[in-house]
Amino acid sequence: MEDLREYVVFKIDNEYYGINIKFVENIEKAQSITRVPFAQSYLEGVINLRGNIIPVVNLRERFMMESKDITKDTRIIIINFSGYNIGLVVDSSSEVVQFDEENIEKAPKIGNLAKNDFIKEVGKENERIVMLIDIKKVLDIVELESK
Amino acid sequence: MDMNQYLEIFIDESKEHLQEMNQILLELENKPDNLKLLDAIFRIAHTIKGMAGTMGYSKITNLTHKMESLMHEVRTGNVKISEKIVDVLFECFDALEEYVENLIANGEEGALDTEDLVNKLAAFISNGGDVEIEKTVSKSTVDTEEKNDGEHKFSIEFDEITRNVINKAIESDVNIFKIDVILDENCMLKAARSFIVFNKLENLGEVISSKPDVELIEDEKFDLNFEILYFTKLDQLTLHNELINISEIREVVIEEIDEKLEVEKLDDTNDIVETKDKKIEKKSNKSKEKGKKKHAKKASKTVRVDIERLDNLMNLVSELIIIKTRLEDGGNRHSEGRTSEMHETIEYLERITTSLHDAVMKVRMVPVERTFNRFPRMVRDLSKDLGKGINLVMSGEDTEVDRTVIDEIGDPLIHLIRNSIDHGIEDKATRIARGKDENGTVALRAYPDGNTVVIEVEDDGNGIDSEAIKNIAIERKFLTESEVVQLSEKEVINLLFNAGFSTAKEVTDLSGRGVGLDVVKSKIESLNGTVEVDTVLGKGSKFIIRLPLTLAIIQALMITLKEEIYAIPLNNIKEISTINSEEISMIQDQEVVLYRGKTLPLIRLGSILNTKKYEKNIGDMLVVVVKKGDEEAGIIVDELIGQQEIVIKSLGKYLKGINIIAGATILGNGGVALIVDSNQLF
Repeated sequence: MEDLREYVVFKIDNEYYGINIKFVENIEKAQSITRVPFAQSYLEGVINLRGNIIPVVNLRERFMMESKDITKDTRIIIINFSGYNIGLVVDSSSEVVQFDEENIEKAPKIGNLAKNDFIKEVGKENERIVMLIDIKKVLDIVELESK
Repeated sequence: MDMNQYLEIFIDESKEHLQEMNQILLELENKPDNLKLLDAIFRIAHTIKGMAGTMGYSKITNLTHKMESLMHEVRTGNVKISEKIVDVLFECFDALEEYVENLIANGEEGALDTEDLVNKLAAFISNGGDVEIEKTVSKSTVDTEEKNDGEHKFSIEFDEITRNVINKAIESDVNIFKIDVILDENCMLKAARSFIVFNKLENLGEVISSKPDVELIEDEKFDLNFEILYFTKLDQLTLHNELINISEIREVVIEEIDEKLEVEKLDDTNDIVETKDKKIEKKSNKSKEKGKKKHAKKASKTVRVDIERLDNLMNLVSELIIIKTRLEDGGNRHSEGRTSEMHETIEYLERITTSLHDAVMKVRMVPVERTFNRFPRMVRDLSKDLGKGINLVMSGEDTEVDRTVIDEIGDPLIHLIRNSIDHGIEDKATRIARGKDENGTVALRAYPDGNTVVIEVEDDGNGIDSEAIKNIAIERKFLTESEVVQLSEKEVINLLFNAGFSTAKEVTDLSGRGVGLDVVKSKIESLNGTVEVDTVLGKGSKFIIRLPLTLAIIQALMITLKEEIYAIPLNNIKEISTINSEEISMIQDQEVVLYRGKTLPLIRLGSILNTKKYEKNIGDMLVVVVKKGDEEAGIIVDELIGQQEIVIKSLGKYLKGINIIAGATILGNGGVALIVDSNQLF
């Protein structure tokens, strides 16, 4: 079983992204987000999740993609990564996919997209390609800790 | 046997005992001949020895054992107390403290070696014989004394509790009897018979204690008679009849106890108590000792609660408050019919949540004494090291602050006190030349002030030389000469709080290393407090720390900036006013208005916070006047929502260090509003 990895798959535009399930706490419907001044531009704001304040990162902004209004499909994936509880805003998310190690490959560098940095690996499943994101990079946690 | 479960108890109790020892040692230094103090140290050392022995901490046991022996020799006059001995006792105290610290940190005594100290103590004991003054006490009395001490340690608790209970009972007019029950010689089942006696008594009143203990009686470990301390509403005669009717009882002797007889009567019931009671009597002659005893009683009433449990309780209260706010919102929206009933219910709920909040807050409050207690020792050491005579005057030790504050406030205070002694107080010669008392005074005061607690550190030393600060500011290129000239006296002194600013001409071991007041300031500010200085050159200086009483729930003014809602803590707000934009004038790119005869700088919060769709307000504008110390500023806001009790939530470590925003709070509708730290706007 060890060579099976489970990912929560979400969608931004028409592309599929995956996030290792061990970091995912739950998936919430979109709710009102309070803007936080002086924060990074990709920080959408904070939300109230059952009495806790959770910062929310807008992945579109982080991937330097065009912004899009919240729809009924918009989801906030709440992750817990080395003690950081953070939400990720995504267009939609509905499934968990298992990948065999052999179906995971190193991500090819395509052009000069901002997200190249954030995607180390891709998973293949029935002709669908899922980009597996490197949370630490996406959230810029290394930089935070060194501050 | 696993002792780990007792470790915490051991640590807590040792800490208490050590704190007491610290105070006593300090007192002893001034009054080395006071036998009471020697007794007290002996007793504490003995107690710690006992506890450490049980736990298997051999180093602590060894050290305290030697301390105990030395104190014993001192008490009997075989060794004369001297400054050296007191110093060594202080060293022992330090070592014990370190052991306890090690236990807290890793559950072990640690590697600290106290062989030296033990030898020193032993040397005192053997040398002391040479300087003996009176050797009137014979060895045998010594032995009994020691034995008594060993035992009375065991009975203290029993004694105090009983006395308390008796005092209470007398107030509530219940009869207190000492009952002596003597069984018939032919009684076969003594335990069963006495069980019947106890059973009967318990139906008619309350058995407080017995001699021997109930367990021993149950095991038939007694002769023919046993004594009971008993509370009942019955009178003596009825009680006697009730008991004598039980078969196989030969005699029942009942004596009534009222307060005056209390001590004597108790003597009869318990010889161990006797010695103790006499001690207490003796002690109560001295008002100071009495105070201490009271303190001990108070301590026994406290319950230790894990702070996490309290936090949990606190969170629940927070939730309750949020629900209340939500109800308020709903109540306002609903139609006429049910509103008055609804309002009543909400008001009731509000009363409950407010008092619940207060109650929980109070549980979290601890007297600053805990922090203050370590200062006398520190000041003593400092004054010895520096050869300055220092009197430390403390007041308001019973002022209470939040537990989290207590833990954090210690270091800043140490810093300030060190500063005062090292930089503030002049050396003796200078003081005499200036016509001051040869000994300097450092005053440490705490008192509550409205919603805040104020802690002051004041010295009668040299004060702060603002010229020196100006020079340093220029020297170190903090400011240019022309900038310095424009500063007010107060602003100059506040430069001290900048990082890397130290005015000490010589760098000493203690302070003047360049880290200093800026650390104090940031620590205090992290607790949402403020720090200010008042100083008069040549006369002294005073540092004033202001801390919020409660940390988690505060009163705030809710305001809007376009679509965004923010909370401004109410204790920073002075007043709310309307100002017309035509009254604004510009001073050095700063908008100001003349307000109540003073120039009031204006802050356009929407612009600072980059609010979406921000537009500059014109015409009549709402201004929230906020204060920080003596300074004031006007914050221009769009609309006021009103005053609300809010629960402060942290933004978490991902958003650590965001400027101006002190945290967030959850609104009645489930949304989030950010809290503006107006102190950072200045």
